[in-house]
Amino acid sequence: MNTYTVALAGNPNTGKSTLFNSLTGMRQHTGNWAGKTVLTAEGDCVRGGTRFRLVDLPGTYSLYSNSADEEAARDYIIFENPDCAIVVLDATSLERNLNLALQVLEMTSRVVVCINLIDEAEKLGIRIDLQTFRQRLGVPVVAISARHNRGVDALMELVEQVASGQLAPHPTVLTYGDEIEHKIGELEPLVRSALGTRYPTRWVALRLLDGDEGLLASLKKRLHDRAMPQSGKEGEIRYERTACH
Amino acid sequence: MSAPHATNTPDPLDSLLAQAQRLASGTTVRDRIVGDIYRSSRAICKAAVRYEDKRKLASTHKLDRILTSKLWGFPIMLAVLGVIFWITIAGANVPSSLLADFFGVIESYLTAGFEAVHAPAWLHGVLVLGFFRGTGWVISVMLPPMAIFFPVFALLENFGYLPRVAFNMDRLFKKSGGHGKQALTMSMGFGCNAAAILSTRIIESPRERMLAILTNNFVPCNGRWPTLILLSSLFMAAGVASGLQTLATALVVMGFVLFGIVVTLTVSWLLSKTALRGVPTHYTLELPPYRRPQIWKTILLSSRDKSWNVLKRAVIVAAPAGILTWILGNIYISGDSVLQHMAAIFEPFAHAIGLDGYIIMAFLLGLPANEIVLPILLMGYMASGAMVDADGLGNIKELFLDHGWTWLTALNMMLFSLLHYPCGTTLFNIYKETKSAKWTFLSAVIPLAIAIGVTFITAQAARALGWV
Amino acid sequence: MSNKEVALSEAETGSRLVLSRIEVDGGMRRRLLDLGFVPGNEVEVIQRSPLGDPTAFRVSNTTIALRREESSRIFGEPEGEELA
Repeated sequence: MNTYTVALAGNPNTGKSTLFNSLTGMRQHTGNWAGKTVLTAEGDCVRGGTRFRLVDLPGTYSLYSNSADEEAARDYIIFENPDCAIVVLDATSLERNLNLALQVLEMTSRVVVCINLIDEAEKLGIRIDLQTFRQRLGVPVVAISARHNRGVDALMELVEQVASGQLAPHPTVLTYGDEIEHKIGELEPLVRSALGTRYPTRWVALRLLDGDEGLLASLKKRLHDRAMPQSGKEGEIRYERTACH
Repeated sequence: MSAPHATNTPDPLDSLLAQAQRLASGTTVRDRIVGDIYRSSRAICKAAVRYEDKRKLASTHKLDRILTSKLWGFPIMLAVLGVIFWITIAGANVPSSLLADFFGVIESYLTAGFEAVHAPAWLHGVLVLGFFRGTGWVISVMLPPMAIFFPVFALLENFGYLPRVAFNMDRLFKKSGGHGKQALTMSMGFGCNAAAILSTRIIESPRERMLAILTNNFVPCNGRWPTLILLSSLFMAAGVASGLQTLATALVVMGFVLFGIVVTLTVSWLLSKTALRGVPTHYTLELPPYRRPQIWKTILLSSRDKSWNVLKRAVIVAAPAGILTWILGNIYISGDSVLQHMAAIFEPFAHAIGLDGYIIMAFLLGLPANEIVLPILLMGYMASGAMVDADGLGNIKELFLDHGWTWLTALNMMLFSLLHYPCGTTLFNIYKETKSAKWTFLSAVIPLAIAIGVTFITAQAARALGWV
Repeated sequence: MSNKEVALSEAETGSRLVLSRIEVDGGMRRRLLDLGFVPGNEVEVIQRSPLGDPTAFRVSNTTIALRREESSRIFGEPEGEELA
């Protein structure tokens, strides 16, 4: 049976963990990522002959390295390279939530955007035009209510299609002001020659322009680890039971 | 793990960074990047999201206007706390007695069974009087309050009230030098201090995080609620008219919690003026919209996950402790049991702080888990000769009185329980999180010193004033 | 159109402002930007804490509480009364 790794990213309080729990049937174990200080939960779910390994990333407002949990979430998406990333958005505050989705779209194209709490939004009289979202973002978009198990099947179908490569989204490239675009243009070829195309070059260039030295440190570590396959234990996850009682 | 790595050319990443820094210099790149992303978000939302009724969006604020208002913010917080305790205590009473009766009946059958097969008396003692009775009491005293408290607290948490508590109390924490989110980690401590230590990760400044870690212990965790509730109802509320006893118990427990919060703030303030000097860092607090919790799901999950886990832990630790206590209480050396000898060693010190040697022993043996302090104490008292029938909770009070308890003993045991060192699991987590033996040590010693100091003062004052 | 710039900490409860400047640096600036305190964005002053500080603000359809230390360094221009 195929196993796909699927990362769940999103703002805090978007019902990300509710979705995670309803998919994994609360069979999740809380684990510490090796070398990470921030708790990240992982659990399995089987749907229609496909196994998904779901990873509940820490809830963050952005994926710039402002804090340990933002760094952990970002490193997972960039370095662990999940087969699909679900970006969970709160339907009642889409503007800010979309901010994070746009950041993820710069990092990977294998994304399904999931607008959660659609029932709350309906109650508040918020009408969301999914088709426009799909067009503007260039990736699959579904509306769900994780707590009422609404739309979850459709979500997982899309996730499977994206993870298996059946569906290859083409996220819309976010354009910045002329000055920044110019700088990206200058830096991106240098990124490509230094790192190859293993990582999204435009995104790396942007992060470097932003002075994101934490990312560079992570990159360096990864490259050096790759140079020595013996110590290349990245991707291996060690578990530790946490004292929750 | 530094291994030989051949780099004969300058690291390409370093030159890349240098290049990036050259390009970025002198401009506010970050602002523009974020500004541009926001512009895109806004444009997309403008095209795809329609608000039918702006007024509906403000429904959360209407509630906040009351729950965090100048006039009602604090009274409502106190009332909520009081109601939770009241529900817990009132609801737990009957099932606790029923469970105790139930275990009493089972015990008599077990005893009859042991007699029927002519089992040796020591075996009956270890297994039935030590193991079974000890565990039975843990379950009947602890399970009902937990099965009520956890779900109610979880409902409140899922509703979204905790961030409002942080919003209301922020100024107090700021004044004491702590982080605003310390109110949140403190609230988590009501459930479990060990888990709350992990939750202090939401505080990014190391100094303020340490404050939150060092003071988390001053709010009672689930292992200590039963001690507080039981002793309050047996000793503090006993003089009140029977109809009001539950209410009186709830008020006493609430008083202890408020005292714990005052200690939290005071210790934070003292530490931030001394060992952990510094100014509060910046912080932002999101107040999420109120959401109607899924009532049954929350109740079932919190009963399953929390109550069950706490109970399991209590039983696993209490069972061997029960056996050990029974054995120690039944091996006699020159007329007295080992247990009595041990308790006698602590007696002078214990007396000075208004406790007795058995209580100190129970707290020492209870280091692995606060849940077992009370059971160990009960077993210690039982093993020391005073036999009681385990057919009701009322007998617990007689057992205490037989050992010379007064209201002062109860008060000081509650104070000591509230203030003393955190349990072994919590200390272990503190060590894992701080990676510092010194701070782990301090996180046990500071509360212990406060506990001893406070109980010493109350004991000496009560005696000097002739109240006991 | 009004054109008087005020700090968020001084703005009246219930008023709306369009952000103009953020005079906070470092990590906090980044956090504020991520939360939607971006020049050009609209902010509504919702409510003060019972003890006077912090204050809750509505920004990008979310409610964020800020202490005076921060809100006194974020500036905006009050919006005129909505045409009823």
